[in-house]
Amino acid sequence: MSRYDRQIKLTEVGPEGQEKLCDAKVLIVGVGGLGCPAAMYLAGAGVGAIGLMDHDKVDMSNLHRQVLFQESDVGRSKANAAKERLEKQNSEVRFEVFEEPLTIENVENIINQYDVVLDGTDNFETKYLINDACILTDKPWVFASIYKNEGQLSVFNYKDGPTYRCVFPKSTRQNISCEATGVLGVLPGILGALQAAEALKIILGAGEVLSGKLKLINMMQASEQTIKINKRPEEVEKIRKNGIAPVYIDCDLKNKEQWYLDVREVFEQPKPKGKKVLSIPMGDLTSRYQEIPNNQEVFVFCQSGKRSKNAIEILKNEFGFHNLKNVEGGIETIIDG
Amino acid sequence: MKVTIKYFGLVAEAADKSEEVLELNGALTASELKIQCLNGLAIADKDSVQIAVNQNLDDTITIKDGDEVALLPPFAGG
Repeated sequence: MSRYDRQIKLTEVGPEGQEKLCDAKVLIVGVGGLGCPAAMYLAGAGVGAIGLMDHDKVDMSNLHRQVLFQESDVGRSKANAAKERLEKQNSEVRFEVFEEPLTIENVENIINQYDVVLDGTDNFETKYLINDACILTDKPWVFASIYKNEGQLSVFNYKDGPTYRCVFPKSTRQNISCEATGVLGVLPGILGALQAAEALKIILGAGEVLSGKLKLINMMQASEQTIKINKRPEEVEKIRKNGIAPVYIDCDLKNKEQWYLDVREVFEQPKPKGKKVLSIPMGDLTSRYQEIPNNQEVFVFCQSGKRSKNAIEILKNEFGFHNLKNVEGGIETIIDG
Repeated sequence: MKVTIKYFGLVAEAADKSEEVLELNGALTASELKIQCLNGLAIADKDSVQIAVNQNLDDTITIKDGDEVALLPPFAGG
């Protein structure tokens, strides 16, 4: 009995549909709360190749929602840990690991290797990047995003349908992550599973794909509604004509006289402007610590306040800094406006 | 005319409610109603918030009595 017997029984799948699934390639960008459940269902369904892209490492605080990971994975690369786990689930699937962030340089090349892109990212910059690259490479992508107890879901750029820019032509710097707002693990679980369902329907050519529609889900209120969205041809044309339009999100910090040390990676957003903001990623601290002033107070920040706390420990214990103060709530708490 | 406004995400938080019924006078477009609803709310980048009228994302629609309006900010979490 085939492992896919129960889905082949469906008229929407059948032996031909299963062949389509086995030939399909799906790229999952962001193997987190959304990407983990999506990857499990796509692997279970026997999608031929699954790209797992994430430059982050597993943290203990991820385990409540990022269901692929075990306690023993803490500190490991998410993309690698996910691959290892998924291979045990279905060894017939080819898993391809990308441990680098998606950038304007690599996005088109990577997306071109796949049939469908599934967005499990947690920031606007990457969503616009995926959107623009999918327009240029003519690929559909399955979007989902979360804010506390609410989720948004849609399929963009499907058969010349509306794109993310048709819904949200203007970005916002309010890049608020699940780390910052809190989330129950089950909400990204629901949305990630729905994303997998959309990806499977696209591959199978079955049912109604959620294109031209934005689904809104409120888990706490047990309510949902679907909004009809229209294409803004000028938004799509702009990208076709001029290429990817990167969204860089900068911001001002409240206190312009204060020295700050940003220990996030260079691609993390928003990027504060100002002469007194130093950017030294965690990995470069030991080689660049001399750039940090040691005679006046320096506020150290990252996205959530966790890495900056570790950075202060390193700088204090190894290089004798005693003038560093952690920004507990991360960058959002020191942004002006 | 009476219009039901539904707030989502951080717009709902800033407004401290998820739904309300507004009594409006005179003709106005969805775009004008959006500005009126967001006015005074502590939200950065109000331009990024989209408005749907009767489950249709279009800010050029003229608002009518009984319309249901949704104010949708983009979400980033994943």
